[in-house]
Amino acid sequence: MKDDIIRIRWHGRGGQGAITAAKIVANAAFASGYEGVVMAPTFGTERRGAPVLTSLKIAKKKIYDLSPITRPDMVIVLDHLLLDEVDVASGAVPGGLVIINSPLGPDAYCFKGARTATADVTSISEAAGLPSGIVNTGIIGAFARASGLIGMEPLSLAIEKEFAGKHPEKNINAALRTYDQTIVGDLLNG
Amino acid sequence: MSKIVAITGAGAMSECMRQINPDVVPAFPITPSTQVIEDFSQFVADGKVDTEMITVESEHSAMSACIGAAAAGGRVMTATSSAGMALMWEMLHIAASMRQPVVMSLINRALSAPINIHADHSDSMGARDAGWIQLYAENNQEAYDNLIMAPKIAEHMDVRLPIMVCMDGFIISHCVQTMQLEDDNKVKEFIGEFESTYPVLDTQHPATWGALDLQDYYMEHKRAQHMAMKNAKDVIEKVSTEFANIFGRKYELFESYRLDDAERVIIAINSVCGEIKEVIDERREAGDKVGLLKIRSFRPFPYEEIAQALEGVKIVTVLDRSESMGAYGPLFVEIRAALFDEPEKPMVYNRIFGLGGRELFMSDIHDIFEENKTYLETGKVEKRFDYLKVRGG
Repeated sequence: MKDDIIRIRWHGRGGQGAITAAKIVANAAFASGYEGVVMAPTFGTERRGAPVLTSLKIAKKKIYDLSPITRPDMVIVLDHLLLDEVDVASGAVPGGLVIINSPLGPDAYCFKGARTATADVTSISEAAGLPSGIVNTGIIGAFARASGLIGMEPLSLAIEKEFAGKHPEKNINAALRTYDQTIVGDLLNG
Repeated sequence: MSKIVAITGAGAMSECMRQINPDVVPAFPITPSTQVIEDFSQFVADGKVDTEMITVESEHSAMSACIGAAAAGGRVMTATSSAGMALMWEMLHIAASMRQPVVMSLINRALSAPINIHADHSDSMGARDAGWIQLYAENNQEAYDNLIMAPKIAEHMDVRLPIMVCMDGFIISHCVQTMQLEDDNKVKEFIGEFESTYPVLDTQHPATWGALDLQDYYMEHKRAQHMAMKNAKDVIEKVSTEFANIFGRKYELFESYRLDDAERVIIAINSVCGEIKEVIDERREAGDKVGLLKIRSFRPFPYEEIAQALEGVKIVTVLDRSESMGAYGPLFVEIRAALFDEPEKPMVYNRIFGLGGRELFMSDIHDIFEENKTYLETGKVEKRFDYLKVRGG
């Protein structure tokens, strides 16, 4: 494994827009100078509500490995109830980061050897004016805050481009508000 | 203006179709090629192309309309996958026999049953005898570049055959990657104007298409198709050189990756080649003499060139992402045929992998190189044919 690739695995439910979220981050990463960007969704049944995942890899140079991520540096979970169904942190590297849309604080979770960050993206997005259940732009704010990898400016631009004509301002607002309200926990020794 | 973009494979195909601005696009959407047609119909609706888009009731009709529109004198493109192309079957052969240079973007997907929407090459490999030129691509960039070259190859007067530009479903079609999107005008200029031959709409010069052709001339017509396909080999090389001169990316009939002094080689098609290259780089760092031969043109198949490229190689693992039950994989059969007349043949064996989208990881590719190392050391191919990562194997 080459360690200059940052591997981010996204877990959501069919219809939640996890792939769109990862695509937005991919575009923002590229705009921020990461020349190697690969966002490869693992499609299953394409059924609404079913667990889905997508692999986002970013690096400063071209990436050839398009296979799904098995050793993620970061894991992003769009619905905390997925934790009952999917081992989201499976294979996470030591010192990795797990970001969850959850009404609970990071202390409520215990991922050994990793840091956990949480934000109540569902409530924040609704307060930002988005229809109930739209969390895929809010979660981007949580990602920006917890990872520190990409700034909110390129991310907002990427959201604007993706949602052109579909209330980009509300989506950007959701991301910005979530950025402010994300709580990052400590590294749990494992 | 040429620019680097982050885009899905399917998105790259629709952008390329926008740049080509074909006269007619008859299409029926099917996963995972849907986005190509979805994007392109948006371009039509937004007036970004002059194309007449025909939304048909089935893929059989889509290919029928392609043939009709091409025979009428238009540049024609379409996109499909899997069962969609299977439903075109009858018309695929007719497009080729009527020598219509239809350009198809084929997003490779498994065939049912059981129902599966993911990548393998059952669709295009099944159609390998339909008389279409087949180009394959490792990633978005290659698929996009192949599609730019496709009309120029297909429409060449020494060829006049339909062409399919293939990429792996989801793995490439739905994968966002960075790639160079060329300037619209440069692409148009490169491809040039469509030149029609005996168009049926030219009423001053009436011509018959699809006439009855029995024992008297049918065989000559088939041979003519074969000759055109042989010509296509030179034309692909020529067009690829022209493309390289303008756009800077050079493609051959196949890619030789670290093949020069390689002793152990994998031969494969499409997206898996990216992972194979990474593994080769890792093993080369440790002094392991391994390489990859990646097929770009499967029809026509470059037998002599491949045999030459494999000179000095000691063992070859051929990876097939489709299968011909009761026979070896289609790529393996060609490779063995290519090598048969060589005085010093490498050992060659076949592995079927990735059917219905089953992933092959870099660790699996390391395992392949370990296996062929053992075969080489013992001088014996333990299993000529086998599956990778399958239960009950």
